[in-house]
Amino acid sequence: MTKNEFAVIGRPLPKVDAWAKVVGETKYADDLFLPRMAYAKLLRSAHAHARIRSIDTSRARALPGVVAVVTADDLPRVKFGILPVSQDEEALCADKVRMVGDPVAAVAAVDEETAEQACRLIEVDYEPLPALMSIFDSLAHPEVMIHEYGDGPNVHKNVALQFGDVEAALEGADLVREDVFFFEGNNHLPMEQHAAVAHWARDGKLTLWSSTQTPHYVHRVLAKVLDTPAAHIRVIATPVGGGFGGKTDPFAHEIVACQLSKLTGRPVKIALTREEVFYTHRGRHPVLMWIRTGFTREGDITGCHLRTWLDGGAYGSYGVASTFYTGVINPVTYKIPVYKFEGARIFTNKPPCGPKRGHGTVQPRFALECQLDKAAEQLGLDPADMRRRIVAEPFTKTANHLTVTTIGLGECIDKVVEASGWRDKRARFGVSARQAPRRSPKKRGLGIACSAYLTGAGTAIYWNDMPHSGVIVRADRSGGVAVLCGATDIGQGSDSILAYLTAEVLGIEPKDVHVHPADTSLTPVDLGSYSSRVTLMCGMAAIQAAERLRDAIFKAVARKLEVSPAALVARERKVGVPDDWDKAVPFARAVELGEALHGVLAFPGSYAPPKRAGKYKGGGVGPSPCYSYSACVVELTVDEDTGTVELENVWIGHDIGRALNPLLVEGQVEGSVYMGIGEALMEEQVFRKNLHKHPSMLDYKSPTTLETPDIHTILVETDDPEGPFGAKEAGQGPLLPVIPAIANAIHHALGIRIDEVPITPDKILKALDLKRAGKPARVGPERLPLFTFKEPLVVESAFGQPAEAVVSRPFASDDKR
Amino acid sequence: MIRLPAFTYLAPTTVDGAARLMAEHGREAMLVAGGTDLYPNMKRRQFEPKVLVGLRGIPELRGIRGSAAGGFTIGAGTTLSAVAAHRDILRDFPALATAAGLVSSPQLRNMGTIGGNVCVDTRCNYYNQSYEWRKAIGFCMKKDGDICLVAPGSSRCWAVSSSDTAPVLWALGAKLRLVGAEGERTVPMAALYQDDGIDYLAKRPDEIVADLQLPPAEGWRSAYLKLRRRGSFDFPVLGVAVAARLEDDVVRDARIVLGAVASQPRPSEKAAAALVGQRVSPELIAHVADLAAGPAKPLDNTDFSHPYRKKVTRVFVARALAAVCGLGDSGVTSEEVA
Amino acid sequence: MKVRVALNVNGEFREALVPVHKTLLEVLREDLELTGTKHGCELGECGTCTVLVDGEPVLSCLALPIETAGRRITTVEGMAEGGQLHPLQQAFAELGAAQCGYCTPGILLTATALLARRPSPTRKDVKEALAGNLCRCTGYTKILDAVELAALRMGRQEART
Ligand SMILES: Cc1cc2nc3c(=O)[nH]c(=O)nc-3n(C[C@H](O)[C@H](O)[C@H](O)COP(=O)(O)OP(=O)(O)OC[C@H]3O[C@@H](n4cnc5c(N)ncnc54)[C@H](O)[C@@H]3O)c2cc1C
Ligand code: SF4
Ligand code: FES
Ligand code: FES
Repeated sequence: MTKNEFAVIGRPLPKVDAWAKVVGETKYADDLFLPRMAYAKLLRSAHAHARIRSIDTSRARALPGVVAVVTADDLPRVKFGILPVSQDEEALCADKVRMVGDPVAAVAAVDEETAEQACRLIEVDYEPLPALMSIFDSLAHPEVMIHEYGDGPNVHKNVALQFGDVEAALEGADLVREDVFFFEGNNHLPMEQHAAVAHWARDGKLTLWSSTQTPHYVHRVLAKVLDTPAAHIRVIATPVGGGFGGKTDPFAHEIVACQLSKLTGRPVKIALTREEVFYTHRGRHPVLMWIRTGFTREGDITGCHLRTWLDGGAYGSYGVASTFYTGVINPVTYKIPVYKFEGARIFTNKPPCGPKRGHGTVQPRFALECQLDKAAEQLGLDPADMRRRIVAEPFTKTANHLTVTTIGLGECIDKVVEASGWRDKRARFGVSARQAPRRSPKKRGLGIACSAYLTGAGTAIYWNDMPHSGVIVRADRSGGVAVLCGATDIGQGSDSILAYLTAEVLGIEPKDVHVHPADTSLTPVDLGSYSSRVTLMCGMAAIQAAERLRDAIFKAVARKLEVSPAALVARERKVGVPDDWDKAVPFARAVELGEALHGVLAFPGSYAPPKRAGKYKGGGVGPSPCYSYSACVVELTVDEDTGTVELENVWIGHDIGRALNPLLVEGQVEGSVYMGIGEALMEEQVFRKNLHKHPSMLDYKSPTTLETPDIHTILVETDDPEGPFGAKEAGQGPLLPVIPAIANAIHHALGIRIDEVPITPDKILKALDLKRAGKPARVGPERLPLFTFKEPLVVESAFGQPAEAVVSRPFASDDKR
Repeated sequence: MIRLPAFTYLAPTTVDGAARLMAEHGREAMLVAGGTDLYPNMKRRQFEPKVLVGLRGIPELRGIRGSAAGGFTIGAGTTLSAVAAHRDILRDFPALATAAGLVSSPQLRNMGTIGGNVCVDTRCNYYNQSYEWRKAIGFCMKKDGDICLVAPGSSRCWAVSSSDTAPVLWALGAKLRLVGAEGERTVPMAALYQDDGIDYLAKRPDEIVADLQLPPAEGWRSAYLKLRRRGSFDFPVLGVAVAARLEDDVVRDARIVLGAVASQPRPSEKAAAALVGQRVSPELIAHVADLAAGPAKPLDNTDFSHPYRKKVTRVFVARALAAVCGLGDSGVTSEEVA
Repeated sequence: MKVRVALNVNGEFREALVPVHKTLLEVLREDLELTGTKHGCELGECGTCTVLVDGEPVLSCLALPIETAGRRITTVEGMAEGGQLHPLQQAFAELGAAQCGYCTPGILLTATALLARRPSPTRKDVKEALAGNLCRCTGYTKILDAVELAALRMGRQEART
């Protein structure tokens, strides 16, 4: 199919929810006000690690205006967590707090001020325990156990996988590089602070409106923790004011609001402050990395061995998956014949890390891409040409058994090289080039990096055989079509994608489609807005449902027009035979005919990814229906007297499979680039004296318009057989190459290596000082933890094996209906 | 939502009236102009005044009057946006327009006043935190506690003077008129401050900064450079204000004042003196920059590491001097952002 | 201390009896049911709560109703005139400048003030005017494009009338 065959797909249409957003009508969670609503606040721990001896709430209870005060004693003693293997969180801590910010009690009152005052009147008697604030601390003190479970004292997860004989491959290499990198943690910083409203009505049924990316998982957790049948709980995800992975876990504040509503018989709102968002966290893991890679003279990779240490914070969250993700995605980009990965996630007394845009893959991408740059330099190769040469082969398997379908990376590289004027500028800028004769402290540089990312995790968070995404499409006699889907629009435009795809299949306008998202009582399950899965999975389910509806309508119209259903097409809000279009039936009439023939027209669509998990333990993390690819060139100026970096241009080529709406794709790419810039240059979640150093929007630095360069997005279409109309993801992948491209451009400008993110001006000056002193001009981590990884699970490398798309996809055919 | 504590709000219409109200309510009361410094602090419970005396409704505090020859008088209630955009200020006192235009963000400049800016509370990243945070780490002596968390042995507070306009006004030789319940006085900028993180203002609480008086501009040139992470929002972690009077390329008069290196703006008299009578040259500038940066002793209580701030002080002084002396060719702009 | 404040919001005269320490942000959202005004920090650090007072962008989280009494307050709900969207609203919707939409009201109002002051701004002007509004979704690109598009259209409209 070529582009112009589509009526809706590929057009730069406004999002369906854009109109409400620009007039301020969209109701986010904190915009909900219900009659008699009470306001809740959490009292949070002031200690990083302590035993709770006792809690005295009497003074809080006595404060006028307080309607309820709860502690762990007022909740069932059930732990929860997003992953079945890490059920380690409590809505309110019972015996022990594990970080500053852990919730220990909650108050509901007639207004927020009173609730806050009451929290200050609660007295908690703590017995402080030693606080472990880094990977090194936690490993050095096995006697201080943050949790009682895991793969060792303070070790949440320890994994080791080996695919082929890496040692032999490195021995045969012309160049072996061993490098160490560190990636500091950072926060999602969504503009909207988390909020939720709970209403436990008198009929015994609970409704929770929450700013969440995963209503289905919240639904399951509420049932478990509140000891209430899931059938009596309804979770509605309100439009999310920015998520980026930060609203993907079930949270204490959601559970507590529900319980307070139950106890008070009133709706209860809870809205976090910005500081509390930093404690809720689930942001980027700080990761220390060691990477050893062998290269041939021509720049081919002979093998790679990666070790990662993740600073997990105080709870499990998605950490087991995060750990795997630091290892499993790198091989998707380049030809890496043999591969070994060892990773460990360590508990510390800090807010828990989790999935932030690019989940777990951003850090090792930084390591690999910087190392490639160093290798290219040593081998005398152009870093763009070298990457171009080693791009993985489409429709093959990687060393670690991942199936890769289409790959547009080569074209992405070509396009950004071309658009950026790479060849000319690489020669003109940089330390080695003779810059302007007059001494200017401003040095220019150009750097490149690439990446790949999954389009939806191939496995669900809890093991099951059901669809990952479901859609119900219902046609109305008016000609309108309702789409019910559990997907959550977090700004990425999932509501719009559902409307576009349905409209495309049915030949109507997106405006005719009414999307009803994310309501566990009404909508089929979608697992959530994470892992870039929504466009592909909900999209495929929507197409299936819409096609079933279309088939039913065609059958009825065919009877009426006395033609074969196969002769019919649906377009321009009509159904008819193309050659006899005058007789085409208006869509609303077609629906009536259909309803007369079949009864109510409501059809389900279901999607589950192809079952391709590698047949080894741990093979479940990494598989995806298809992978997106990105290449990025950054042009910048560094002031060598102040270390200040000024970004000038970012060119980013992104293999999107197909742009269902180029405007939305560009928006996702631009947003990813922006977030990458923040992480590369300024954002960091750091701690001092056991406390978050700067839990505020002023001191946690997020780039403004003035730090954001011109972003040039180039979309490459590969029409992937796995995606809806060939589409892949755009929401996360394009963040990845930006960070190493910046690091590599700084090296080009000044001849220094900052092997640590964020790359701050003081690190740049430090490296320049080293350079002037004739020492290696590098700033980065100097030591690695003493840690024994597990004996690796040794599996044969599947590298280069041919792989087909869609071997078996559950629910794909109509047979079972 | 983080909210304000309760207070009573009084809205006098004259400066005298405001001063009287301040005297009447004593320690319970605070002045508020734009509120852009005070309200965030109150929300974090750094201040919990029972009474606020609002200066917004006082017409005599607003506006800029005067001429290049006779000097300008800027009402303390003039917003920073108005100062930054004022045509005469832009022409005659570019450093002041620059500094006012670099304060925080456009919205805050529409609200914040220049009077509030010269009185802005000193800052420290152990102090500009919520009540709960400060309680968790253990209160420090600036509010609710009795030790210093940056310099534990210290008997004083080292919170940092973070005004953008104060060092510039000082370097420009501005004076301010203070109106108190017991009368008014006009003093040089230097007399407003003392080097203490808690009692950083050397005026009585009932004294109101009524206006700022700039001397005639005649032959003076000025520049202001600000170090901060982003081009918006961020307070200065270093401010360099330079004013000089040149005849041909010989410096006749010079003042260098550094912001955000101590609990008050810090003049570099020695460095300025080394300029006077000299012909400008890159060597002279380098020498003077060393002299000015030498005494700066930043502590680890703002953004950026303190060794870095120290290192950059020299660079910024040199660049500001080069700009003022017309040697501004080494990549200098008046809006230095790191 | 509760006070009766009389506010001119979006051309309507609204009265509320509120504690004097309640910010304009809180009163708009909680007393006047104008929840289009959002908040991301309540400390002046993000720009999300921007409203116009006498046409100037200010932060409602740091403003007291008592200080704005009698002045013209415009919130996002007041941008459209009659059934007609403001050209900025139209351009933001068309170009995908609102992703999650949470920063959108504040940015729209800030841009309104810019275009009133400077009808054909350069890209640099737009960047500087919006430097006090954080957006975490868009990388600002589409926002800047939309402001430029609106300026262009408003200019054309002007030329026609
Ligand atoms: C996010 C953010 C970023 C900021 N960034 C900067 C920055 O980069 N640079 C900078 O300099 N400031 C910055 N500020 C602080 C503040 O916005 C400005 O300093 C502003 O000029 C303060 O003026 P105001 O009128 O709002 O002061 P207010 O908050 O009203 O008052 C500040 C203090 O001065 C006193 N005061 C006010 N007026 C008078 C008067 N006439 N006489 C005597 N005392 C008076 C008050 O009692 C109070 O103690 C920032 C603030 C925020 C919230
Ligand atoms: S310098 Fe010391 S006493 Fe002063 S605010 Fe900072 S920590 Fe507190
Ligand atoms: S809410 Fe962030 S500036 Fe007002
Ligand atoms: S659109 Fe989401 S913060 Fe701007």
